[in-house]
Amino acid sequence: MSLVFAGVCSHAPGITGRAQRADPKVRDAFYAKLAELRARLEAAMPDALIVIAAEHFANFFMNNMPAYCMGMADQYEGPIEDEQWLAIKRTRVPGNADLARRIVKRMMHDIDLAYAEEWKFDHGIMVPLNFLTPRYDLAVIPVNINCQGPPLTPLHRAYEFGRILRRACDAQPERIAVVGTGGISHWPATPDSGVINETWDRAFLDKFVHNRSDELVAYSDEETFRDAGQGGFEIRTFIAVAGATEGSTGEVLFYAPIPAFAVGCTVAVMTVGAASRRDSAR
Amino acid sequence: MSLYYVQKLLYQLNRDPHVRERFASSRDSLLSEYELTAEERNAIADGDIGLLYVMGVNGQILMHYSALIGQNWDEYIAAMRGGVKVHGPVRGGLYTMLEDRKP
Repeated sequence: MSLVFAGVCSHAPGITGRAQRADPKVRDAFYAKLAELRARLEAAMPDALIVIAAEHFANFFMNNMPAYCMGMADQYEGPIEDEQWLAIKRTRVPGNADLARRIVKRMMHDIDLAYAEEWKFDHGIMVPLNFLTPRYDLAVIPVNINCQGPPLTPLHRAYEFGRILRRACDAQPERIAVVGTGGISHWPATPDSGVINETWDRAFLDKFVHNRSDELVAYSDEETFRDAGQGGFEIRTFIAVAGATEGSTGEVLFYAPIPAFAVGCTVAVMTVGAASRRDSAR
Repeated sequence: MSLYYVQKLLYQLNRDPHVRERFASSRDSLLSEYELTAEERNAIADGDIGLLYVMGVNGQILMHYSALIGQNWDEYIAAMRGGVKVHGPVRGGLYTMLEDRKP
């Protein structure tokens, strides 16, 4: 049918793995909004969920690093991390190879992307699924944007990737949801873990929910690294969702810095309007 | 200095049980397959997270390796801080991308 849902959320491993360290009031308010995101996702009755993630060296390494990759398997497994460390049990997650193949084929007309018939999920996908599809009963199609090993895809390309993904989804008979997951500012897994630039995050989120594409793609990687840490490179996942909902705006359901989780915890949705005229004319 | 191979080995240890098995049973033979300096080989063999961080290993690789060798979160953060204290600022990789942070 088409894209029926679009949202974003955080994925930091502390969200599940170090739950007891956070202020319970803020943490529970965050969890409640993740539950609301799940309710909204389910209300859209999707046949499949595309998760646009920024994985952390679970599958891809600098020996052969794709800028963009889509999973094309009927099942996945995760997390690769220690189960106790992440507090998520290792499990199998259903995929949809046939649908993914059709989407990849369609997207290849406009953009180059890699595909993978094998994919182990890390916390970058497992933490969102833990809240959004905790019964693992919805087909997931993973997408990775390299946000770890520079050189990274430019931001305007991430936006364009989202636009092309949207066009490919709209050409399928299935109802498809998309959730982007990343950043925003954070310095994960470094001695600065727990530092969060709330001002920068709020400014970015304002651009995101108003889908001001020119501003969203204007950050240089040097600026992002300085102001938002290396974790800030993951804004590419949000920007791709903005591209998939070009012309629409959205709503921040939750934002609060939670230092124990080492990230400004975010939940937001974008309205899925009609595909932009620019696309339907083509 | 062969940061690429240090990271490659840690990446493979993190995700592949067979590589982990060889790391436990025949460490020297496994390490000889990677182009490593003596300092790098020792840092990996000793699980010296602080030195590996200073060498420039990406935290997303290092964090998983730390969990793998049984460190808890506080030990992991303390090890990196200790590494910087003993060995000085990060020498290579992603964390030196800004000119003013270069050692």
